[in-house]
Amino acid sequence: MKPFDYAAPVNLDHSLRALARGRGTRALAGGTDLLALMKARVASPDVLLNVKQLRDLSRDIALDERGASLGALVTLADIELDPAIAQAFPALAQAAASAATPQLRNMATLGGTLLQRPRCWYFRSERFECWLKGGTECHARHGENQFHAVFDTGCCRAVHPSDVACALSALKAEIELRGSHGPRRLAIGEFFDPPREGRRVETVLRDDELVVAVHVPRPAPGSRSIYLKAMDRAAWAFALVSVAACLRMDEDRVAELELVLGGVATVPWPVGEALRHLVGKPLAARAIAEAARGALAGAEPLRMNAYKLPLAQALIRRALHSLAGSASEAVSLAPELHRGPP
Amino acid sequence: MDSGLLRVQLSVNGQRHALALEPRRVLLDVLRDDLGLTGAKKVCDMGNCGACTVLVDGRPMYSCLMLALDWREAAITTIEGLGEPGQLDPVQQAFITADAYQCGFCTPGQIMSVKGLLDTTPEPTDAQIMRALSGNLCRCGAYGNIMRAARIAAGRDPGTDETGSDTA
Repeated sequence: MKPFDYAAPVNLDHSLRALARGRGTRALAGGTDLLALMKARVASPDVLLNVKQLRDLSRDIALDERGASLGALVTLADIELDPAIAQAFPALAQAAASAATPQLRNMATLGGTLLQRPRCWYFRSERFECWLKGGTECHARHGENQFHAVFDTGCCRAVHPSDVACALSALKAEIELRGSHGPRRLAIGEFFDPPREGRRVETVLRDDELVVAVHVPRPAPGSRSIYLKAMDRAAWAFALVSVAACLRMDEDRVAELELVLGGVATVPWPVGEALRHLVGKPLAARAIAEAARGALAGAEPLRMNAYKLPLAQALIRRALHSLAGSASEAVSLAPELHRGPP
Repeated sequence: MDSGLLRVQLSVNGQRHALALEPRRVLLDVLRDDLGLTGAKKVCDMGNCGACTVLVDGRPMYSCLMLALDWREAAITTIEGLGEPGQLDPVQQAFITADAYQCGFCTPGQIMSVKGLLDTTPEPTDAQIMRALSGNLCRCGAYGNIMRAARIAAGRDPGTDETGSDTA
């Protein structure tokens, strides 16, 4: 990797001021993505700020009756292994447990997983000046695109790699940011925004801001959530497609339903309209199948990734059936590796 | 800030080392090239294979994706820190007993992952062993014997060969 200056600021304010000073300054926490990008020479910051050692950037998980607050430095292993998270937010615990490998989960932070850059091989290769890196075209559109997006959100066809981001989207999390000009708190659906001309990145985080915490509201009593992930091998794989769903039934009728797809677009992909007609009705197999088809209605698959459509539909059906069934059925439907350690 | 060398003390296998490092040096390279601890292996160098696994405060991590400067507060354990001279760690012995390698290149990483597991979970199930080893690739495909080594180290397999004689 290219040489850089290194700084270990004493507190968050110093870090934010340093970020505000220079465009070439980047914060380093777990390093599992940024250092790999630097080794690949896709990222070449002039200055790295070690924010992992900051005492006033939280590494704690706190739960109360309103929900959970997770500090930016909480690791994926912390999330995966926290019994209170597994109890209150199963989809979040399952997503963390399904990500990467034990070693990476011990290193990777919550803030970092939200800010992960795409795993697209054109983006990650020094040899392609793709649109996301400032070039003029998306090479995936007419190239090797078996792992790419089926929804078209603009020029880039990479998919967002974070399992945890997908689960947090279904759980309607809020992202707390701090910048040199103060704090702001965004709904996760505002925080993620497809890259576009003038902002070729997957979030609206500004150069002088840091993610400091994630707040997850406690779902209404009786809600259930689940995260299902299809992978091309059983470990250390990004989602081909994933589904995070949160369901609350009122008697035998759907009261609330949130469903977000991963692996299909440049950002976690909420399925809104296609599910609306399920609300207020029983979750019958036919309605589920129809909703699953509807969820993919706007997709425009590329030459090699149309397989993602039936895969996504199957995961949606499986997620809804398991959430609608008894709690024990829901667990038995989740593949072995999606569960945390017994 | 200075792009030259920065002074740092690292605690590796219970010993403190004073070093002057370029910021971009990753822990794996410092262990191998500066400290002569060549047990952790450099294979993919991108956090994909697990051959560089070391324990940091008891947790398995990929030393290829860690800046050495970031870990001055941590207790780092490499494969060289296991056992005593003339006395292998039980996990190392179990890998010999189970013949849990072919080329041996991934072995230090595999052993560190098993060590990290057993330190926190002394009686792991097979599912827990598989999970703990899911971040370590073996291109020779010695997984069956690696699993058996982990079971032996966990005291769940007597460590005898197929004829029943003790190979340990």
